[in-house]
Amino acid sequence: MHSFDVLVIGGGHAGAEAACGAARMGARTGLVSFDLGAIGAMSCNPAIGGLGKGHLVREVDALDGVIGRAADAGAIHYRMLNRSKGSAVWGPRVQADRVLFKAEVQRIVKAQANLTLIAGEAAALRLEGGRVVGLELADGTALDAPRVVLCTGTFLGGTLFRGEECFTGGRIGENSAQRLAEQLRGADLPMARLKTGTPPRIDGRTIDWAALPEQASDDESWTMSALTEKRANPQVFCAITRTTEAAHDAIRANLHRSPLFSGAIDAAGPRYCPSIEDKIHRFGDRDGHQVFLEPEGLNTHLVYPNGISTSLPVDVQHDMVRAMAGLSQAEIVEPGYAVEYDHIDPRALTPDLQLRAIPGLYCAGQINGTTGYEEAAAQGLIAGLNAAAAETDREAPVLDRANSYIAVMVDDLTLQGVSEPYRMLTSRAEYRLRLRANNASTRLTKLGIEAGCVADERAQWFEHREAMRAVLGPLFAQKLHSKELADSSLPVRRDGGEKPISEWLRHDGVEFADLMTWVDAELVEALCANTDLADEMAEDAAYEPYLARQDAELRDLRASENLALAGDFPFAEVPGLSSEMIERLTSASPPTLAAAGRVPGVTPAALSALLVYARRWQTAA
Amino acid sequence: MSDTIFAISSGAPPAAIGVIRISGPEAGSALRKLAGRDFTPRRASLATLRDADGGPLDQALVLWFPGPATATGEDLAELHCHGGRAVLVAVSGALEAIPGLRAAEAGEFTRRAFANGRIDLAEAEGLGELLSAETELQRAAAIQMAGGAFSAQVEEWRTSVLRLSAQLEAALDFSDEDDVSEMPPQFAEDIGALSQELDGWVSRPRAEKLGEGYRVVLAGPPNSGKSTLFNALIESEAAITSDIAGTTRDVIERNVAIASVPFSFVDTAGLRDESDDAIERIGIDRAREQLGRADTILWLGPEGEGPDGAWEVAAMSDADDYQAKPSANYVLSATTGAGVDALKQGLVAAARAALPKPGEAALNARQHSVLSDAAQALRGAIGQRDPLLCAEELRQARGAFDRLIGRTTTEDMLDTLFGRFCIGK
Repeated sequence: MHSFDVLVIGGGHAGAEAACGAARMGARTGLVSFDLGAIGAMSCNPAIGGLGKGHLVREVDALDGVIGRAADAGAIHYRMLNRSKGSAVWGPRVQADRVLFKAEVQRIVKAQANLTLIAGEAAALRLEGGRVVGLELADGTALDAPRVVLCTGTFLGGTLFRGEECFTGGRIGENSAQRLAEQLRGADLPMARLKTGTPPRIDGRTIDWAALPEQASDDESWTMSALTEKRANPQVFCAITRTTEAAHDAIRANLHRSPLFSGAIDAAGPRYCPSIEDKIHRFGDRDGHQVFLEPEGLNTHLVYPNGISTSLPVDVQHDMVRAMAGLSQAEIVEPGYAVEYDHIDPRALTPDLQLRAIPGLYCAGQINGTTGYEEAAAQGLIAGLNAAAAETDREAPVLDRANSYIAVMVDDLTLQGVSEPYRMLTSRAEYRLRLRANNASTRLTKLGIEAGCVADERAQWFEHREAMRAVLGPLFAQKLHSKELADSSLPVRRDGGEKPISEWLRHDGVEFADLMTWVDAELVEALCANTDLADEMAEDAAYEPYLARQDAELRDLRASENLALAGDFPFAEVPGLSSEMIERLTSASPPTLAAAGRVPGVTPAALSALLVYARRWQTAA
Repeated sequence: MSDTIFAISSGAPPAAIGVIRISGPEAGSALRKLAGRDFTPRRASLATLRDADGGPLDQALVLWFPGPATATGEDLAELHCHGGRAVLVAVSGALEAIPGLRAAEAGEFTRRAFANGRIDLAEAEGLGELLSAETELQRAAAIQMAGGAFSAQVEEWRTSVLRLSAQLEAALDFSDEDDVSEMPPQFAEDIGALSQELDGWVSRPRAEKLGEGYRVVLAGPPNSGKSTLFNALIESEAAITSDIAGTTRDVIERNVAIASVPFSFVDTAGLRDESDDAIERIGIDRAREQLGRADTILWLGPEGEGPDGAWEVAAMSDADDYQAKPSANYVLSATTGAGVDALKQGLVAAARAALPKPGEAALNARQHSVLSDAAQALRGAIGQRDPLLCAEELRQARGAFDRLIGRTTTEDMLDTLFGRFCIGK
């Protein structure tokens, strides 16, 4: 069997989602990985989710993806970040046992219909007339496929740095696919270089846990995936320590030995996840930086010290670690290192993550300049669904900035490009109040069902949920008079008049539980059986005035999203556009007028010129 | 690529000089075709302009501005021709004959300046107002707008809100870091101060007032001398005056500038209840309506019977049947002119206080409405305990500022954010 609709190269987070997503859409899919046993490996930190990232996990899950379920299967510590803030910025995060996580990814991948796993090294793309027709493996095997998704992480010319040492490769102990990389370079794609890093791993048995403050897993019952019924594993705690002046001194004394400062690495690293030497250098006035000690699994002693990513020489890493509270006897098992790698300028991609220069070739994950498992998984899903849709005559779900973080990311990448590794942040989403981690299913599962990428189990779950929404509707619409509330000593004015429960919930000091005395016993029961849904509906009610105010903004957005500037749109012929505008627009190739408005530097007047011309062009075409 | 456009940019011919402006990628080659040579940038040079057959058209002063640092952001040429009608028609004809050149549409040079980022929306609006300014006050306000003073102010507000947003977003996106603590107390103070400043701007006199003029309505019973005073104020015989009660039946409105201050004087039908003339009654209704729109009412009737806040004016101090108004603000005779100047001075002082100050940017209706949105959002942000909703209010305010000067983006908010904080993972 050497013929496929879609071939996915790479079995990391992007690859697994791309392959399973394409297969769920009904495409005959192959997943090519050098080592099938490495599928689903967590290469860096043993955590899934977080602020912004948790949203991505929930969204991928809502489209029936893999990462949410695998995260629950591996989770040994749950924490809802930002719990004290508004629910739209809550960030579900788990620490996952690497072994359990990987096992679950592999279980899902193997169980997936339409998906064939192929052990082998992708050696070269097979191209005909400039478009992809398949893949050649290192052993000479030729595979046919009109769509290939590249999910190969940092393999493009990855170089590892640790102090004065430097190695070629992706992760420690793996070869990077040099031949394929050369082929891509030959295609004259716009490329740039970025760096990322990882901290040293510590032997947990050498940490004085008793000396450090604990951070326990939170004791609620939420899970990453909507389909996970309950938390599976025993929960462990983390500990918190800090860097010290002594640690900073050790770093400062050796800054010249860090490849970041010696000039060996000049690629841009992330502003928000800087290495410890970067932090010391840039924020020298701080006397310490927080470090989370996170166990890597239930059956390993490895501990991941979150917050001290570094490329300093091993001896300096040792001194720095030992200078911290609780770590005076700590042993480093695997030293930290920095990776510098090439990535494709994502502006070379269309919104389905296909390379404009090589039709049929899709890219997802780190190769597009992003950082993080969640960002990779979300891109893999988009690439997989779109590649499959193109071959199966279906439509992939239509995502936009107002319905998903996934679309915010893809839009940012393909229009703005990256100047540092791209990480999801809630502040990137203009319509964040409607894009909550806990309403991802409501936003996306229906779209997924319509597109055909959601399997029966989730479709049924969703149907039931929507039925319950209809049941609970009247509860929120039920009107209560302020007098009744005031008589029950709730903090409301007696003369407030009659309002529906949805509005009373906006009042400070009025909670669901307070209002239940006036609600039908049957409805109360339905509510208790569906607390997640009820909470979501209550949040909708709370944000309602703000959402209503965004409606006009969204109408404008959607109207201009509907004005297509298809691939061959002649920007150069638009009257009134300066050559600078033409250059910017042509290189970003925004697919719609709305997207054109988000291309950096494009002026509002240029947009109105575009609008007028695009209308005429559309009717002429 | 865009067309190259040209137009007569000076006033209607005939005039001493007629300026033809050419803007666009072909401006340089058009100049070469017409004058037969190249020109030193930004130097005035004399040249003979010729048509395609080599026949001389005119001797003109030529200015050559290569883009993009020009008024339109494109290559730009100016031909200062002799201002005769035929000369300008001939030169325009020669330009029209050059392929790729066409006559400009109204406002097209400004639109190109905007499209090429040479001016922003507020500046473009100011430019429009500058071109239509008829009084000194209008000109002074418009130049503030066109010159970018208001844009600079909006930019300053935008930067302030951006800074506040960045603090808030850091708390939202990096609360798991010890590097980012809760909001400093200064945060609420800053929002409060900014909100107050915007509220102040929103309540300022508007630009339309400068165009419409300070509205002075003359009111009083029939035959109280309104029309006579009206004519004296506008220094023209616009209103018919007679001894017959009810001579003025409709509203008469005239715009004049006094001491550079724009006024709109309104003469109205005399107010009385018992008229059985249907037309006069309509006039009286219109007069009452005018009272509601007035900035100042001059009341010429019996003392104390006029609308609240009206100025008591004793208009016929020289008349035989002069009824004394002991506490009149102004005593005058429109027929002799005595006291009229004092009234004018009083009106000028009142108008100056109510109109935009000279040299102060005045908002037009659109700007006022958008700025009100921003002010409202900032008021909403004050005391908002949920930082997420506070952030949403600030986003709304930023959106309003961007609409004011015509720009939108969130990436620079992130730049501000990351420039200020040490963020660990």
